Amino acid sequence: MKKNIAIQVDDLTVAYNYKPVLWDIDLVIPEGVLMAIVGPNGAGKSTLIKAILGIIKPIAGSVSIYGKPYDQQRKLVAYVPQKGSVDWDFPTTALDVIMMGTYGSLGWIKRPGQKEKKAALEALEKVGMLAFKNRQISQLSGGQQQRIFLARALVQNASIYFMDEPFQGVDASTEIAIINILKELRKAGKTLIVVHHDLQTVPEYFDWVTFLNVKKIATGPVKEIFNDTNLTKTYGINYKVAINK
Amino acid sequence: MNIYEYFELLFTDYTLRTITLGTAVLGAICGMLGSFAVLRKQSLLGDAISHAALPGIALAFLITGAKDSNILLIGALVSGLIGTFWIRGIITKTHLKTDTALGLILSLFFGFGMLLLTFIQKQPNANQAGLDKYLFGQAATLLEKDVFLMMIVTGICLVILLLFWKEFKILLFDADYTKTLGFNTRFIDILITFFIVLAIVLGLQTVGVILMSAMLLAPAAAARQWTNRLSTMVVLAAIFGAFSGVFGTAISASQNNLSTGPVIVLVAAVFVLFSFIFSPGRGLLFREIRFRKNRRDLELQKTLQFMYGIAQTHENISHPHAIKILNNFQGFTRKTLQKLEEKNWITLSGQQWAMTTVGYKEAKNLYNQQEQDD
Repeated sequence: MKKNIAIQVDDLTVAYNYKPVLWDIDLVIPEGVLMAIVGPNGAGKSTLIKAILGIIKPIAGSVSIYGKPYDQQRKLVAYVPQKGSVDWDFPTTALDVIMMGTYGSLGWIKRPGQKEKKAALEALEKVGMLAFKNRQISQLSGGQQQRIFLARALVQNASIYFMDEPFQGVDASTEIAIINILKELRKAGKTLIVVHHDLQTVPEYFDWVTFLNVKKIATGPVKEIFNDTNLTKTYGINYKVAINK
Repeated sequence: MNIYEYFELLFTDYTLRTITLGTAVLGAICGMLGSFAVLRKQSLLGDAISHAALPGIALAFLITGAKDSNILLIGALVSGLIGTFWIRGIITKTHLKTDTALGLILSLFFGFGMLLLTFIQKQPNANQAGLDKYLFGQAATLLEKDVFLMMIVTGICLVILLLFWKEFKILLFDADYTKTLGFNTRFIDILITFFIVLAIVLGLQTVGVILMSAMLLAPAAAARQWTNRLSTMVVLAAIFGAFSGVFGTAISASQNNLSTGPVIVLVAAVFVLFSFIFSPGRGLLFREIRFRKNRRDLELQKTLQFMYGIAQTHENISHPHAIKILNNFQGFTRKTLQKLEEKNWITLSGQQWAMTTVGYKEAKNLYNQQEQDD
């Protein structure tokens, strides 16, 4: 199973106010995996994604996407932020938010046209939200808002997707809808990196996993490394989960 | 002079026309840019900037010795910008929170400005009088060239807004995401902040340091109540701002002793109050009406549901039952029964009620609807 390397992270270190949040992270993520990043609160999971995406400036280290610096590869990468990171009372509609996914390829000043609108509508349909296209975003449920964020990333038509807790606060039907989309993306050869909290569902949803707690504990195929030893190392307590193999 | 005379005079009196045009343009640009400040949750930034502009005005006078409004405004612009960047610097470089940084810069600059003003007033220079008008503003001092400057800045601001509309919108909604798309968020941010500072500085002569932030926030807050579209909000805010300017000037001109700035701000506040109460989507009045209507509907539905439960157990759904048996259920009143009859869902005769087929269907669908909603 020789694969291309999608993302390579070398010696990445991030600190807020002198306290290291990520310490000397080395990470190699092969193309086409659906990877979970797991770890306790404050382990730096979101920070890792944000540092890779250049939202947070690391104090050391480098990131390459398909062998080139991230700045040159932006169009290959899409990001789904945490739902709570924006103000949902913002005066705009569901369709409008998804159109934002096309802004990157449009570049400065150019306005989205029919082509962009068509792409946005297709993405809306994919997440099952077409009926809500003109809905003010504050009038959407938490699960629907999460789907909107996912659709916005889908519009970017990227090769690599970073998602920050896409399952947070969504009901069972939305969770299933989202994971099905993620699995479909993987089948299409995309690489997905997902910050995930529910350890029970890791073996079922993901095929690759990274354990993180400020330092990288382990990374690799779920089948090989998702075990009590790594969980205990990451969470600090004697962690037992039932894994049905 | 009463308001009617004022509007008549507007077409003949040159000074009045200049002032009115000035306050209208000022209201419009402040409303437009205020929308962005409000949506970025930087409402108080405006207050800090306007206060931070005061020492700039005083220093510009001390250095040049002239009271030319353009020179003073350049002073205000420079010190307003310095204040803004210090605030941003404090927030990013220290552990202090935004409100602390704003308060700190606001009082520091304002204090320094007041100090300079009193220093200037003590000087034996006949030219010094009138600088304190920048505290509360004085629309009467607006000259044609001031208004002309305002219009040029508003025009440029409009062009920039139209050009970078998409960038402004996405930055306001989701700054981190904007960054990942490859946009220089710092540039967009500085552009927007620069125009907010510019609008504030332009308004100092008319509305004054102390009340200027209200010009920025009030029209935007009022506009937000009426729409769920950013573009409509910006346009509405501009209209509200312009009308506040015109009406404020009209009221203050028709009541000789009222100073214009505070009146404009009060008119803007009336817009806010009216919008908070009467806007259909978010207003308090309609929210209360919707709430009551929902509660009434719910009462009806609960009663109907209860009746449905009883009717279900009988072969003939329209079998009459005593009203009494509803007694152990608290939700019903005579009025709800009458309402149900009006809707043709039940029939009443004497002390008995019976469900109609229409009512039975309605009650059944009620269940289904609820299931669909979940």
